[in-house]
Amino acid sequence: MSRKSTPARQAVVTVAAWTVGFLIFFPILWIFILSFKTEGDAIRTPLGVLTSGWTFESYHEVQERSNYLLHFWNSVVLSVGSTILALVIAIPAAWAMAFVPGKRTKDLLMWMLSTKMMPAVGVLVPMYLLFRDFGLLDTRIGLVVVLTLINLPIVIWMLYTYFKEIPGEILEAARMDGANLRSEILYILTPMAVPGIASTLLLNIILAWNEAFWTLQLTTSNAAPLTQFIASYSSPEGLFYAKLSAASTMAIAPILILGWFSQKQLVRGLTFGAVK
Amino acid sequence: MATEHSRTAARLMVSPAVILLFLWMIVPLGMTIYFSFLRYNLLMPGMESWAGFDNYYYFITQPAFKSALVNTLLLVAGVLLITVFGGIALALLLDQPFRGQGIVRVMVIAPFFVMPTVSALVWKNMFMNPVNGIFAHISKSLGFQPFDFLSHAPLASIILIVAWSWLPFATLILLTALQSLDREQMEAAEMDGANWLNRFIYLTLPHLTRSITVVILIQTIFLLSVFAEILVTTNGGPGTASTNLPFLVYAQSLLNFDVGGGSAGGIIAVILANIVAVFLMRMIGKNLES
Repeated sequence: MSRKSTPARQAVVTVAAWTVGFLIFFPILWIFILSFKTEGDAIRTPLGVLTSGWTFESYHEVQERSNYLLHFWNSVVLSVGSTILALVIAIPAAWAMAFVPGKRTKDLLMWMLSTKMMPAVGVLVPMYLLFRDFGLLDTRIGLVVVLTLINLPIVIWMLYTYFKEIPGEILEAARMDGANLRSEILYILTPMAVPGIASTLLLNIILAWNEAFWTLQLTTSNAAPLTQFIASYSSPEGLFYAKLSAASTMAIAPILILGWFSQKQLVRGLTFGAVK
Repeated sequence: MATEHSRTAARLMVSPAVILLFLWMIVPLGMTIYFSFLRYNLLMPGMESWAGFDNYYYFITQPAFKSALVNTLLLVAGVLLITVFGGIALALLLDQPFRGQGIVRVMVIAPFFVMPTVSALVWKNMFMNPVNGIFAHISKSLGFQPFDFLSHAPLASIILIVAWSWLPFATLILLTALQSLDREQMEAAEMDGANWLNRFIYLTLPHLTRSITVVILIQTIFLLSVFAEILVTTNGGPGTASTNLPFLVYAQSLLNFDVGGGSAGGIIAVILANIVAVFLMRMIGKNLES
């Protein structure tokens, strides 16, 4: 708490923070290390693991023996597809609520949020049956729709809090100068809204990438994203540590990198603007 | 300054989102409610009949329900305890100036981005496995018997795994809140001779109250629906030792094909979540006014 920071104090804090940080990060570091080991070396003692040789073998095997690229591609299609679809629906809605607020805008926003509070398991049965009857089980299109809907409230909320910060006077000035709705959106609002939209996009891709309820329930193989693919290692295959590590590393690496870029937006997005 | 014209446009722009969310909320939920009153098993198609409250009665009176309810609450409470206290401690630590702050921050946040199936499997195999896991290696090197976490303490192990995923979330939000603390006030208190503990209790903690509430409420919403971690580690077992409400509903409806019973369970889960949601909505609603 103290602003006075003596060298000794700073040294203690530095050591403590690095130790805790390392311990929390360790599981991720460990699968990264194991992914470059042979199966035999991967189950040795920690010291044995660290002193054994390094190899790309597991990465090759994961690619060859499973349809890894298909699942990776599915994850990309599902997360990016559902995010873009959600943005297309949410941008006009958030724009309208932020700039033309009516008496019921607040209620509307709260109601949208409330749809997010419904536990997925409450609608598992009908969703499963609807998917079965419409032939949507294990299809990417069906899952894109579900992921869009479950993340739509968060997307609208995030965009709304960003749009709210754009000063309304600018729009009024533009209107005075004779700008119509179309040019207002195109030339004034869009450039100012791009950072907010980008953050929303990023956070939503992360959430959709890691979604592990509907992706596990509604896919089996063809449309299965990485969440489902990794889950298939829970059975005997889990004993193949090196391959599990290689598959996991590839599954989390892209999102880890995106996530580090979006730390700040994460707070705003996940607390619905309650903490900025 | 909105004109009639722009109001109409605004309504048009909001309506797709409203209609979609409305359908999403009303259609499946309506179906769940309807199914919950039917005797409906997927193995006996065409045999559906009205069941009244029978499904609710059977769902609630089965022995698994009580343990699932207790497990659900223990899971939420356990993870909350670890993440809130751990998060406050971590946020206080990371708020201090030290070398490599940026890197440590990134390391601490990382687990949040790991997909649930990966984190569960990594903990299950690489750490908690009684033969090859790191914990087993450590206890063997210290001369102890390795402990089979997922067979002997399944729920506690799952709590640990889920807490690892959520600790970064709590830390990040509390750290963000901590950084908006009034430094001058803090220094004034320090000059007046307030010690660390007093400053923490009377200045820091009140400042964090709001964020802590938000963390608790949002996590509760997500923690009530923990599913993937259970599916890939213990499959709800041994017995029903690590079955929570979502997992019980899943097992009943998609493994036992009892649509009616599963739907009744789903509605019970919705009611449970709504109790929490009411409080969360009030918090966020207050914020919207200010």
